[in-house]
Parts: sequence; structure tokens; C-alpha cells
Amino acid sequence: MSLVEVTGLSVAFGSVRAVEDLSFRLEKGAALGLVGESGSGKSTVASALLGLHRGTGAVVDGSVRVAGTDVGAASERELRGLRGGKAAMVFQDPLSSLDPYYAVGDQIAEVYRVHHPASRRAARARAVEVLDRVGIPDAARRSRSRPHEFSGGMRQRALIAMALACEPDLLVADEPTTALDVTVQAQILDLLHALREETGMGLLLVTHDVGVAAESVDEVLVMRHGRAVEHGPVGSVLGSPAEAYTRRLLKSVPRVDTPRPPAPPAGAVADDASRDGVVLEATGLRRVFGRGSKAFTAVDDVSLEVRRGEALGVVGESGSGKTTLGRMLVGLLEPSAGGVRLDGAAVTGVRPDVQMVFQDPVSSLNPRRSVGESVADPLRARGERGPAVRARVAELLERVGLDPAHYDRYPHEFSGGQRQRVGIARALAAGPRVLVCDEPVSALDVTTQAQVVELLDELRRELGLALVFIAHDLAVVRRVSDRLAVMRHGRVVEYGPADGIYESPGDPYTARLLAAVPVLDPGLAALRRAERREPAVT
Amino acid sequence: MSALHGFLGFTLRRTLGAVVTLLAISVIVYVVFYAAPGDVAQITCGQRCSPAQVRQVTEQLRLDDPLYVRYLHFLQGLFTGHDYSTGTSVEHCPAPCLGLSYQSDQQVMQLILAKLPVTGSLALGAMVLWLLLGVGTGVLAAWRRGRLEERILTGVTLAGWATPVFVIGLLLMIVVCGQLQLLPFPQYVPFTEDPEQWAWNLLLPWLSLALIEAAKYARLTRSAMLETLAEDHVRTFRAYGVGERKIVGRHALRGAVGPLIALNANDLGSLFGGAVLTESLFGLPGIGRELVHAVNVVDLPVVVGMVLLTGFFVVLANALADVLFAVADRRTVLS
Amino acid sequence: MSEAQVVSEGARAGTGMVLAPASGARQFWRRLRAQRAALVAAAVVALLVLVALAAPLLTALEGQDPTTYHPGLVDSARGGVPVGALGGMSGEHWLGVEPQTGRDLFARLVYGARVSLGVALAATLVQVTVGVVVGIAAGLGNRWVDQALSRFTDVVVALPLMVMSLALLAVVPGGFPRPVLVAGVIGLIGWGSTAKIVRAGTLTLKQLDHVAAARLSGWGSWRIARRELLPALAAPVITYAALLVPVNISAEAALSFLGAGVKPPTPSWGQMLTSANVWYQAAPQYLLLPAGMLFVTVLTLTVLGEGVRRALDPRAASRLSVGTGRRKEARA
Repeated sequence: MSLVEVTGLSVAFGSVRAVEDLSFRLEKGAALGLVGESGSGKSTVASALLGLHRGTGAVVDGSVRVAGTDVGAASERELRGLRGGKAAMVFQDPLSSLDPYYAVGDQIAEVYRVHHPASRRAARARAVEVLDRVGIPDAARRSRSRPHEFSGGMRQRALIAMALACEPDLLVADEPTTALDVTVQAQILDLLHALREETGMGLLLVTHDVGVAAESVDEVLVMRHGRAVEHGPVGSVLGSPAEAYTRRLLKSVPRVDTPRPPAPPAGAVADDASRDGVVLEATGLRRVFGRGSKAFTAVDDVSLEVRRGEALGVVGESGSGKTTLGRMLVGLLEPSAGGVRLDGAAVTGVRPDVQMVFQDPVSSLNPRRSVGESVADPLRARGERGPAVRARVAELLERVGLDPAHYDRYPHEFSGGQRQRVGIARALAAGPRVLVCDEPVSALDVTTQAQVVELLDELRRELGLALVFIAHDLAVVRRVSDRLAVMRHGRVVEYGPADGIYESPGDPYTARLLAAVPVLDPGLAALRRAERREPAVT
Repeated sequence: MSALHGFLGFTLRRTLGAVVTLLAISVIVYVVFYAAPGDVAQITCGQRCSPAQVRQVTEQLRLDDPLYVRYLHFLQGLFTGHDYSTGTSVEHCPAPCLGLSYQSDQQVMQLILAKLPVTGSLALGAMVLWLLLGVGTGVLAAWRRGRLEERILTGVTLAGWATPVFVIGLLLMIVVCGQLQLLPFPQYVPFTEDPEQWAWNLLLPWLSLALIEAAKYARLTRSAMLETLAEDHVRTFRAYGVGERKIVGRHALRGAVGPLIALNANDLGSLFGGAVLTESLFGLPGIGRELVHAVNVVDLPVVVGMVLLTGFFVVLANALADVLFAVADRRTVLS
Repeated sequence: MSEAQVVSEGARAGTGMVLAPASGARQFWRRLRAQRAALVAAAVVALLVLVALAAPLLTALEGQDPTTYHPGLVDSARGGVPVGALGGMSGEHWLGVEPQTGRDLFARLVYGARVSLGVALAATLVQVTVGVVVGIAAGLGNRWVDQALSRFTDVVVALPLMVMSLALLAVVPGGFPRPVLVAGVIGLIGWGSTAKIVRAGTLTLKQLDHVAAARLSGWGSWRIARRELLPALAAPVITYAALLVPVNISAEAALSFLGAGVKPPTPSWGQMLTSANVWYQAAPQYLLLPAGMLFVTVLTLTVLGEGVRRALDPRAASRLSVGTGRRKEARA
């Protein structure tokens, strides 16, 4: 009997059909990756395995059997026995997935006692045991801490410990590393791998990141719009995809090991004499938040220059100060020390020459104003009026690949990628020479990511724009950058031509970052894992 | 170690903030009342006062001095006390001195302290009732969410929420004391005299106050619990087979504790400053009724003293709540 | 710093968290209409408002006015109890007359509605206006402006509404139109919580990228407040205001009940309750009518406010409805 048998599963939320006619099996001890972009229904499948849709109004069809339990037909009681006892789930956001008010150890003990008739003390001991197993140092003491006292990586370890507590046959991991930094992600994936080898439990891994799947599973199931697109051993699906969609998906995935494609010749700028001319220059930038004992230096003595027509990549993990740096460059934040020069002259505050593209396509547009009005903002702010504004906006919308007739539409009528294009059009409306992009594609699906990155690159070439491309994803940054600055703890640890740094990192931190990026080749991934060995704790 | 340090620092900062707020309140209250248009001396003294009497009031209230001098004098009294000559003898009013009542020449502080037990009895007793009633109803509504019981409970609490206390109190008094004669019309008996009579006589005031307040607590408990129930960590515990009873009783209720503390502190604080309506309605000789009396005879020192005192209780209670809250939820301190 | 990759699956199990787009007026009406209780409440409130507006017309129809004494209609031998059954109800005096004075009850109730609703609405308007201005200024201003305004707001919130307005209403000399005064006092003491909500909202909005984008466009603070902040704040502010109205009705009634609000001969429900207090046995309708009116008004306004809240902001507003610290002060 298979560990998981899903036959003809369909899930609908009202009129939205999230999953349609999906079937797959997972054998004992095997690992299956559900891969897909947003809206593919992959997380819905994960929830369906534990019967979490029951009572939510979702309509579930087809049969789901997990560890011998028919999830659709099981009684409340049987279902509770399955959940956590035979099949345990790990969620995406480790902070919000734990109760902020109780100690981590108590929460694990609570779950343990649901499934085992154990005393409070015995359950507590079990909690410490599993916390220790997942690599929480000084587990007995840390088990008394509350979730907010843990780092992101430790919280995810704690959740995995909770999953381990009852020795389940199946672990369902729903985007377990999406909220984590790349080095921490590698550690968590290694931990999952080691636990699987040790306990022989099956793994169902849900992820949008093909690289993560390549590192962790034996088989993948590619999903799109609620349906299975391709299913097979991970090596063959990723190595020689049969379906067009899979090929497209794989092609869109940025690779950290592939140099940037050579720029097509002869842009407006290519032969510009002032190609080396520095447009924007930061010297000794420093930003401190808070005062007194709570003071926190987000950016510490950063100096960079941005040249006309080039793309400067800025990479770093969360807390590295890259967003703060970007905000100082555009003048949204005043530096505590140091300064920004534009064409050699010191400047403060915002100015049209330096504009920004923001990360979040939802919050970066005012939901109550039409996209055309948003794009027209910089034009109107400098006093332009009348039909010329509308004409110029139409031009800009067209330039970023949107239908100019959509001037009067509202942001919620657009997809994330389209909204990001609107944001780019708005930035262009000011007539900038430098465009600072703060994680411009991190909220987008890979196929959309590739298109937006392509657009930015085009604009750079055509308009001679200087790009500052801030991102946590080393692979995406590689695709756009001429030069690269690697940030850590508010400082630039490495700064120079991008290809040089990617080929042979000079700083050990950069080297570690690069080694942690998941690769698409499962064989190579296994090799890398062996190199990394059991991780140090985050 | 650092958590303790952070906690002490937080308490210290909160106390300092409370003191600053209180000073600001005293300035505002003082200025508003003593700089109000109209001849304060004449108003204070009443229409039939002779010019000589008005003169005396003017002197006693130092109405000839500029406002800020008078305020500083008042402030000084708060910290060091004052000596008053009442015709023949000199009376010492120890710090914190709120001045003398014009009507009775009594020290405002003593006047208030004498009434405090009545108001305190009313407020604390009602609090016990409203917490039991309100939180109980709220938990029940959250547990039976989406069912008929919840809708009934929500409707009842809404009606309670919408009824002014003097309407409920009046009706209760008329029905219970008047028509059914189950209880005597409330008459305050000090606890120290006869605890049993104390309770019986306060039962109705407690009940009417608690019924109204309970509605508020039920709503807060329910909505805070429902909010928690929609959070991700509840999903985690569901996915681990934890039963609904535990999820509601342990995890969801815990999320309501903070808001409940805050609300309760605020309510208790302002009730201590005088449950004006309830006391007036039931004829309880507490701070609230004293205030109504002082207002009617325009006894400014008493009015100012009582307004300040209420502000003091509110600020104190809120500061306490913040500290309690910080203990209950250490995240607020750290962030 | 949210650098984490946000990949939200459109339909996730368990939570129904949907980022609601700006809800237009049409959506608002649709969601409001979907709530039966709110609709009934809206109808009753509309009727009350109509009655208040048409008070002179209605009393003219009855042929009475609220201030004329009818000594002939009360039995002075029995202490002034109205003559006739049911407190003197008749074709001439639809709801009977007041004990002792013989004034027409219907006329007094109807004119009382004017005072109740008028004072409450005016007070709410003052609270909202001051609250929004102070809240936005604090949220947008620099550290010092924010500190000063927030402290000031704290102080105002700590001022006990009932105690303070009682006292204030006593010292302000006569000659001022009383209802205006009552509305002004309630309004000027009660804006603190609105300011707090608006400040918090402004601080949240300020973090949003579209506000940063507007700054990058070159707009100044005023334009940003008007274009980016106010429209977004409208929903929570309207929601809160809708819940303030019934609170202010209670406050006015309470002040009048204590004799500090609207003064005779202007009729007010709270005032009627005070004098009806001793007549509950001899003339129960004298007590029950204003009590009932008050109950119905506050209840329907509250239900309507709840409906507005649900229609405007199904999720985010749930906290607001409970934060009205003012409420108990107005009623304790």
C-alpha cells in the first residue's frame, strides 16, 4: 500500500477551481515535489492531504488516502489522529505558524500529548529531545523560549521538531524555506534530507522554486492552473522536460552559474563617450535607526558609484541593509552620515533624476486611483497639464508593454507582473537617469520575473538608464548586473565586476552565499550537500 | 538579563510618561475652569452674594493673581501642601492638597477620600460581575461561532451595549424594588458596618453597571478570539490534530487577554473617578454624586480636584495595564 | 525589512485572507444590503431622522406644541396625575400628557428626537474633524510634532468625558444656545480616540510604497495627505464615526438626565427620564416612552454602525468596534 494515494482530486472554492482531477502516489519513504507557480493549486493539494479543507466551504472531490486513512471519509476523530500523528505539516512562515504566547517546547509537548498518552513532564522531555535533534543548541533551555526569541531558521527547525515529535510516516512541507535566507534555506533542506534518511519518512514538498525541488526530492509533479503538467523522476523532468510549459518554466529560472547574456550591440549608449561617467555616487553612507542603547546601524559606511548606462547589482540577505541603502540613494531616507552626489554635486531629498521601482506590486500602487493617474503623477507634479499628460502616459504604458487603453483601469484589475510594469512606467515618467529597483521581481513568478527583468534591461540600453538592482536572489542579480556589491550587516563586503565575483568570489561570505544557491541538477545538488555537511545553526 | 533590563526601562519610561500626562492634564483642567468666561468669583459665590462676600472669594481663590501664578500655587499645594486661614484658625492641608471646598470649607482631598469607599465598592464589585458575565459570554460566542447560539448571544450583547445605564438601572429599580419588592431601594451601608447589607444594597447598582459593561467585554472577547482563530498558528494546531476545545480555550483566549487587560484598566480607572450616572441614579453617596453636587453649586475647587483625580486614576490604570500587558506579552517591550 | 519572497497561493486552505481592493461605493451598498439587520436599522434610523426633521409639521398635524401647559388635563388633587386612561391619551394628545404640567408628550418626544440626533451628529462631526486633523498631522509630522500631538491626545483621552462635560457645562455662562454648547463640549472632549486611530492609520499607510512613490514623484505633504492618505482613511474613519453617533446620543441623554445638558423648556429624552423617575407608578408611559425612544435610537444606530463597518472593511475594522473607551464613561 502506498503512503499517499490521490485519485481524481478536485478542490473548488466557490467558482474558483483550485485543483482539477489530480492523481498521484507517494511510496513509503519516497519524496515527491509539487512544483508550480502561484495559482497552480499546489498548496491546496498539501492541505487536502490532511483534510484541512473540511468545514471551510471548499468542495473536495475524488479520493485521498494517507497512511491507510481515507481522508474524505474519515471521522473527525480519525482525522485528528492522522494529523500530526501519521502525517505532519510544516508551513511557509515559521513566525506566524507558532503561537506567540507560549514557549516553543510547550507547544510541541501539547501536540505530542494529543497523540500519545504521556504525562506533561514526559511530553516536555520529548519536546526537548526533538528540538535537540533538529539542531537547536542547548535545547532544554531554548525550549522555554517563545517563538519571537528565535531566529527565522530556528523557528523553522522548531516547526520541523514539532512535526517529528510523533514520528509521522509522512512530512508535508509547504514552501518550507520560502521565507528564509538562502544560506538558512540550504541548512533547512539539508536537515530535511538527513531526517528523511534517518527516520525513513516520506516527504511531500510543495515549492515554487525548482531549485529547491531539485535538491530535495526523487520525483516531481509540475502543476499549472490546478492540473498536473508533467510527472516523473526529478532528473528526467528537470533534465529533459517533455512538456512545453515545463520547458518554459525551466528556461525562466535564473541560473547563478550562467553568465549574463551578452548585450545586443548598439544601444543609444553603447558608444557614448561618457560611458564611464559616474552619475550617482554614494560616499560613506551610514544610517542609524533608533537612539541610545537601541540604536541599530542598518547601513554602515557604504561607498558606491553608479555609472551611466550600467547595471549595478546589490545583493544581500535579510537585514543586510540593502533596502535602506536603496532608500537613501533615491532620497526617501536621509543618511545619518555620508552623502549622495548626483553628477558630482551633493544632493538631499527626492529628485526626478533618481527614481525607484518598488518590491510589492500590491502596495506600490494606490488602489483607489487609476493606473494612468498614478503614472501621470510625476508629470503633474512638475506642472504639466492638459491632454499632453494623457498622451505621454499612454506612450509610457505602451513602452513598458501595457495597453495604453488601460489608462482608466484600477490596480486590482492587473496581475502582479503588470502592476510592476505600471510602477516602472511611473518611475520613467519622472525622466530619471538612475533607476533604483528594490527587489523588483521577488514577488513575481519566475516566468513573469524573466519578462520584467528583460524589460528593465531593455530600458537601460535604450534610454541609457543606470540601474541599481537590489535583490536577495543571486541568480536574478547575475542576469542583469554589470557590477556587483555584496552586502552583509550593513557593509559592502565585496564590490566589483559581476562576472568576476560570481566566478571567483573573493570574500568567504560571498563564497558561502553562492554555495547555498540551489542548483537545478540533482546530481550536483547531492555533491554540494556532501560538501556542506551537517550545518552550523543559524 | 537584558529582558529584565528592558522591562525595568519600560516601566520607568511608562511611569515618566504618566507623570508628564498628568501634569498636562492638570494644566488643561486648571486653565479651562479658571479661565472660563464669566466672573468666577460671582459664579462660585452664587448670584445673591454681597460684594464683600465676592471680595472674600476673590481673595481666597487668589483671583487677582495672573492665571499662571495661581496654577503654580495650586501645583505647589499638590507637592508641599498649604496652610489656610479659615477666619479664626489656621488649617493645614497636607500634600497632595487640592484646595478647600468653597461651599463647606472642607479640604477637597478629604472630601474625596471620604467618598472613595463607596465608589470603590461599586466599581470593584461590578468589575467582578462584568468580567464573569462578559468574558464568559464572549468565549461562548467564539466557540459556537457561526451557529444560532452565537447570533443570539451577539444580539443580546448588542442590546446591552446599546442601553444607557440609567435606563437599565431605572427599569431594574422599578421592577425589582418597586413592583416585586425583592430588594429594598439601595441605600449605602459601609462594608465595615455590615458586609451582608453592604452587598445586598449594592447588588442592583452592581448588576446594572455590570450588565452594560459585560456587553462590551463580550464583544471584545469574541472579536479578539475570532481574530486569533483566523491566524496562521491556529492552522498549525489544527493541522496537528489539536481539538477545537483546546484551540479555542487555550490559544484563542490567550490572544484576548491583552486587549481585555487594557479595556478593564481603562474602565476601572474612570469608574474610580466617579460612576456619575449609577451613583446619581441609586443615590449612592460616592465621588460621582459629590461631583454632580459640586457642579450644581459651582464649587470650582471640588470640581477641578475631582476631574484631576479621575484623570489620575485613568492614567494610573492605563500605565498599570501597559506594564501588565508587557509582562503578559513580552514582545511589546522588545520591539 | 520584508525581503522574503512572497509567493502567495491564490486560494490557500484554512484562511480566507483576501487582500480586498479598494471598495467602491457600489460594493459598499451591495455589502450593506446583504445584511438584513443593518437594513432594518437603517430604515428605523431614517424614520427617526425624518421625524426629527418634520417635528414642527408632525406637531402641527396633532395640533399641539411641546411647551404649552395644560393644567386642565392633570388632576392636581392627586398630585398632578394626567386625567384619563393611559396617561391622558386621546385624539388630541396622541401619547397623553406630562404629569403636573400637562404638556403634550408626543410633541415633547418628537422635539426630543431633534435634540438627541442633532446634538449627537454635531458632536460627532466635531470629534471626527479634530481627530482627523490631529491624527494626520501627528502621523505625517516629524518626531517632535508627533510626540507633542500624541501626548496631547493621550491627555484628552484621559479626561473623563462625563465628569469633564458635566463640569464644563456648569461653568460656561448662560446665553449660549444650549444644544450647540452640549455638542461642542462632547465633541471637543471626545476626539482623542479618533485621532489615535487616524494617526495609527497614517503611520501604516506611510510605510506603503505608493506613498513613497508619491513622494518620489515630487508631491508635497499636503497633496500626499489628500490623495494618498485621506481616501484610504475614509473607511476606518466613517466606520468609527458611525459607532460614535450612538455613543454621543447616550452622552447627551446622560448629561440631560443629570440636569447639565439641554435645559428646560427645550425637551430632551434624558431630561424627561429624570422627571419621570418619580412617576413610574402613576404614569408609566411617561417613563417608558423616552426610555424606549432612547433604546431604539441607540440600538438601531449601533446596528447600522456595525453594518457600515462590515460593509466597508470586512476584516480590518473588527478591532475598532471595541476600542470605544468613551462609551462607558458616557454611561457609567
